[in-house]
Amino acid sequence: MNVVIEVRDLRKSYSGVAAVDGISFVARPGEFFGILGPNGAGKTTTLEMIEGLRKPDSGAISLLGRSPWPRDEELLPRIGVQLQASAFFEQMTAREQIRTFAALYGVPDRRADEMLETVGLVDKADTRTEKLSGGQQQRLAIACSLVHDPEVVFLDEPTSGLDPQARRNLWDLLRSINEAGRTVVLTTHYMDEAEALCDRVAIMDHGRILKLDSPAALVRGLDAPLHISVEAAAIAPADARGLAGVEHVSEDGSSVMLTTRDAQSVLAELARRSALEGLQVRGAGLEDVFLDLTGREYRA
Amino acid sequence: MRGLVPLSRAMLLGFVRDRMALFFTLLFPLMFLVLFGGIFSFDTQARSEVLQVGDVPILDRAPREQVGEVDITRVDDLAAAIDQVGKGDADAAVEQHGDELVLHFSRADQVQAATVQGTIGSFVSAANQAVSGEPPRYRLRAEQVEDDSLEAIQFLTPGLLGWAIAMSATFGAALTLVTWRKSRLLRKLRLAPVPTASIVGARVGVSMLVALVQMAVFLGLAMAFFGLRLTGSWWMAIPLVLVATLSFLAIGLLAGAVTRTPESASGLANLIVLPMAFLSGSFFPLEGAPAWLQAISRALPLRHLNEGMLDVMVRGLGPSAAWAPIGVLLGFGLVVGLIAVRLFRWEAD
Ligand SMILES: Nc1ncnc2c1ncn2[C@@H]1O[C@H](COP(=O)(O)OP(=O)(O)OP(=O)(O)O)[C@@H](O)[C@H]1O
Ligand SMILES: [Mg+2]
Repeated sequence: MNVVIEVRDLRKSYSGVAAVDGISFVARPGEFFGILGPNGAGKTTTLEMIEGLRKPDSGAISLLGRSPWPRDEELLPRIGVQLQASAFFEQMTAREQIRTFAALYGVPDRRADEMLETVGLVDKADTRTEKLSGGQQQRLAIACSLVHDPEVVFLDEPTSGLDPQARRNLWDLLRSINEAGRTVVLTTHYMDEAEALCDRVAIMDHGRILKLDSPAALVRGLDAPLHISVEAAAIAPADARGLAGVEHVSEDGSSVMLTTRDAQSVLAELARRSALEGLQVRGAGLEDVFLDLTGREYRA
Repeated sequence: MRGLVPLSRAMLLGFVRDRMALFFTLLFPLMFLVLFGGIFSFDTQARSEVLQVGDVPILDRAPREQVGEVDITRVDDLAAAIDQVGKGDADAAVEQHGDELVLHFSRADQVQAATVQGTIGSFVSAANQAVSGEPPRYRLRAEQVEDDSLEAIQFLTPGLLGWAIAMSATFGAALTLVTWRKSRLLRKLRLAPVPTASIVGARVGVSMLVALVQMAVFLGLAMAFFGLRLTGSWWMAIPLVLVATLSFLAIGLLAGAVTRTPESASGLANLIVLPMAFLSGSFFPLEGAPAWLQAISRALPLRHLNEGMLDVMVRGLGPSAAWAPIGVLLGFGLVVGLIAVRLFRWEAD
């Protein structure tokens, strides 16, 4: 089997408004698949239909060769789901929560305790979940969804609300899961995250997939210019405009920024003029691709 | 059934660590038992208080053991005595004019009025007999139908216990369902490989356990402090309580299925349980109620639980007296449970 998830022409609308409007894609075994999109793009709805939490209006879903709807108890132990909003049993400590979830899958307590250690919550093991911080709850929810070592992992904005250390640690954890051959599907608003983790990303808006490719290929496809900036004292904007290959120049008091598609000659020329003070070069990233595709205005 | 044990444990922990739930399940109904038990036991022990206005030779000549049933106080002023009876400070005032004995009583307390009339009446009969000099030909021997004493606690305990069980089972089911749905825990469980039967089964098991604990605490306390005496086949109350718990759970699941927030779920549960408790004779007997009320009450599971418990726990009936209520309760639980299952929703929207 070389397809883990296959989605064909999936649609779902809420009271006449399309939340997911005909999307198709496949995810292969061991793939790290990302879904990017602004608020309300339909990411969560898409994930929840694949997980079997919501019934699609139309379209076909195959998950590990089975249909997730109606609820399939054979399929459920093979998938792990972290929902965008975490949910726990009331009045229970972190350790009791994860042990309970583990027990639902027939997983021993020992493995649950290990998982708690993996997400760095050993110190908080005896704390009631309602007294954990938002980020700690998030880590616990992720640990609970991974405790039974699922073949396919769905994570809906797993790193929102995490501090930088926790974020990096979670990345390491997700990478190791993925390297162990698990398929991971994640949604995120962080472009660096998608670039660092995902083999392929789908950029979604208004319920449709606008582009689907590896992060590098998406950036290349954008054919975006480079931004080179130096200290304002290094070169006068008028001189900068005269350099060969420079398309656009802007200044903001402390620095001058040159936009170009021919970085080589512009940098060489700046070097010849000894105008490299405070040099910064920024290439296009996924963020530029994202903004280019989805626009800059706010979403509802 | 996969997940039954961890889910039961989670529900039980959630219950015993929730002080409010513990209070409303155990302490609150017990407060009523202590309150009612206290009021009524005081009432039944109270002897009639009779004011004797001036000389009343019939009272003076009455046999010792009869006079022992009333407390007689001598007073002089008739008007003041009648006033006291009117206020309920005394049960009756007696005066004698020649051969006529006049008894002043108040209708406000009909039980005491009847008692005092009976007692004084028997004094008069005794006096008549003494005058005629003939030994009595007919005699009345009163025998109570019930096993032993007719103390109020015998009737109060089953009723209040029934109410307590109805309350905790109904609220337990309704609140678990709504809280878990609202906190999205139900969606989490929907993603775990546990059958719905495990979720329901865990709730049933925990509620039954709680009901048995309530029963043990109630009966233990009533026996130790209020003189409750259980009759022969009281143990049949255990299966009765278990099947009744099923009925109340079904009601709770129904209430949980049609409401969205914990507040509205507990409001609805209250709206069902409290009137049901009154109509089922949990707080006071229904004997005097009109026929249409009786008819309504027969449609309520708590009525059948209360009747069944009274029969086997205090009326001294045999185990077979519990079969009919058990059947009705099972049927009720099944019907309402099926409706609740049809209305069940995993998610809030
Ligand atoms: N249960 C629901 N009922 C009605 N409309 C809904 C429901 N869930 C989602 N929607 C609508 O569907 C659209 C897609 O929502 P979805 O949650 O899939 O977006 P998302 O991409 O996950 O957004 P975010 O980045 O904010 O999490 C939104 O316009 C939302 O308002
Ligand atoms: Mg979302």
